[in-house]
Amino acid sequence: MLYRTLPREELGLLVERILETYEVVGPKRVTTDRDGKPVHQYLPVTSFDQLDLGYETTEYSAKTYFLPYRENLSSYSFDDGDWEQKIRYRLQPRALIGLHACDINALLRLDKVFARDHFPSPYYISRRRNTFVVGIDHDPCEHGFCRSLGTDTVTHGFDLFLTDLGDRYFVAIDSDRGFFALRQVQAREVSDDDRRDYLEVRHRIASGFKVRIDAHNLSNLLDIEFESEVWKRWGGKCLSCGSCAMACPTCYCYGVTEQLSMDSKSATKVKQLHSCNFIDFARVAGGHNFRPDRETRLKYRYYHQHRGFAETYEAPMCVGCNRCGRVCLAGINPPEVIQDLQDEDRP
Amino acid sequence: MSTLFHPYDITKEREINEPVNYRRRGVLQHVDRVLKAEITAITRLTSLEKLFHIRIVDLAERERFTFLPGQFVMLELPGYGEIPISISGSTYQRGMLELCIRKVGMVTGVLHRASRGALVGLRGPFGTHFPLERMKGHNVLLIAGGLGLAPLRSAILYVTENRADFKEVQILYGTTAPSKLLFDYQYEQWRRIDGVKLQIIVDRGDETWNGPVGLITQLLDDVTMPLEESYAIVCGPPVMFKFVCNRLSKAGMPMHRMFVSLERRMHCGMGKCCRCNVGSTYTCLDGPVFDYWSVMNLKEAI
Repeated sequence: MLYRTLPREELGLLVERILETYEVVGPKRVTTDRDGKPVHQYLPVTSFDQLDLGYETTEYSAKTYFLPYRENLSSYSFDDGDWEQKIRYRLQPRALIGLHACDINALLRLDKVFARDHFPSPYYISRRRNTFVVGIDHDPCEHGFCRSLGTDTVTHGFDLFLTDLGDRYFVAIDSDRGFFALRQVQAREVSDDDRRDYLEVRHRIASGFKVRIDAHNLSNLLDIEFESEVWKRWGGKCLSCGSCAMACPTCYCYGVTEQLSMDSKSATKVKQLHSCNFIDFARVAGGHNFRPDRETRLKYRYYHQHRGFAETYEAPMCVGCNRCGRVCLAGINPPEVIQDLQDEDRP
Repeated sequence: MSTLFHPYDITKEREINEPVNYRRRGVLQHVDRVLKAEITAITRLTSLEKLFHIRIVDLAERERFTFLPGQFVMLELPGYGEIPISISGSTYQRGMLELCIRKVGMVTGVLHRASRGALVGLRGPFGTHFPLERMKGHNVLLIAGGLGLAPLRSAILYVTENRADFKEVQILYGTTAPSKLLFDYQYEQWRRIDGVKLQIIVDRGDETWNGPVGLITQLLDDVTMPLEESYAIVCGPPVMFKFVCNRLSKAGMPMHRMFVSLERRMHCGMGKCCRCNVGSTYTCLDGPVFDYWSVMNLKEAI
């Protein structure tokens, strides 16, 4: 991988350059929570100073820019018993500035599902390839357990990745367009000092993680403890609201519905993100529900993330950002759930 | 100054501009593109089920469309919705599909009110199939319970059309009542085929019924083929295939020689929406046809 060093003020110039042509999305401070802490979301900005790159985390992930909560798959126009189908993909470029490593790892997970082996999705690929991704290192956030899952660092899946060295950024470059972009501003070759400072920052970050989960045997444990009381305990709290799936950077389950226009002359086929905690997730026509209970659905969520997905795509789906735990109205916190599972039946 | 990066236009990719072919899983294509198809005829089967005869409109698309027994299509009624339906017809009818559909939900309700000539959308075929090639030269036991005859019929047609390739062939079919029997107009034809044995049982008989009454497992008592060297396809509700497969397993048939078809909710057919997820697999990609061992080994499958 190629690296460069970027003087701090040059980043603003780069973002302003992008803004001349395209939409820029990044961490924006939107409000404060009840403890007075700032709340951030990934939102479109119109100038560089609207970005708060020192943010801790965002309430919702950036997946909506790749998998919108609602997306038109196709539209139909009807004419005298016949119909025509039209399909459109989003082709407008956009820059996503300031993603953390976990969120870029999340994109790599989504790439596995939507851009690889079977039925690559043009909807997703078009959005992904039209998004210029700039990542940034950060000190560990309060609730994240990314380090336990190896997702606290990232080596690809972005165009540029920044590490803040105070007066300058250490920049990893993972695409030719990233390389080209850096050429437009005053980036310079990496010096020995830059390298040393970078490693020092990386070391500081790596030693700052507080939340840990024991993930090494999760795939197996989820199988062994499939009938465990742990699921009843935590599942009993679940409100089946689906907030966890909406906040999650990797949850991608969805449903498809069709909407007929008022004059019945056209219709749209709409994909909408769903949650496996919703009661109708596995309900089939005729009324049978393969997962009628809350605990079965909550268990399935963990099983899919750490077992099913891992089996299919050779990595757990979870990247440890713990947005689901933060957003959960019932206080279901993954590190605690997983700890309970680890403690169950332990001599 | 020039722009920093250029828009990427996916519609300019070579592969995406080739005709959609859902059997080419790894290729970039318009995965939501439906094939337009006409309902050419509708056969009433029972008060709840109809057989829809569907023909792909475009000649080239019709020629390209092939499937294997056990696979399914996503059938779309534009404006109403899209549902997974297993194919009931013969693999030799190119671009002509027979779909046996029970009136049970919103989309199937609309479909049952549709008339011949209506235009529907198709995506597929999707999923795994019954490995009939592997079964050639062996005895074959084809077992259906209730609506399970819908996916099994495609296999029955394949086996009867290629009768000489198989050793003993026995078909067992069970349903709740005589009025619920599907494809009853075809039994006589199947029975007359040289070397095909068909037995039917109902849970509750009535005055028209003079065949056996009871559960499908009863019919297994009369199966004489050596099970260790035979194959079975079992389609029906989970409770039914579980009992049947366990019986066959105890009687000596290896679990990897029994094939079942699972049914789940589906919104894509392509391993994306996750609605058909069972344990660690997707019914639409790794199924709907699984061997019985795989099903036993999956959480929540039965």
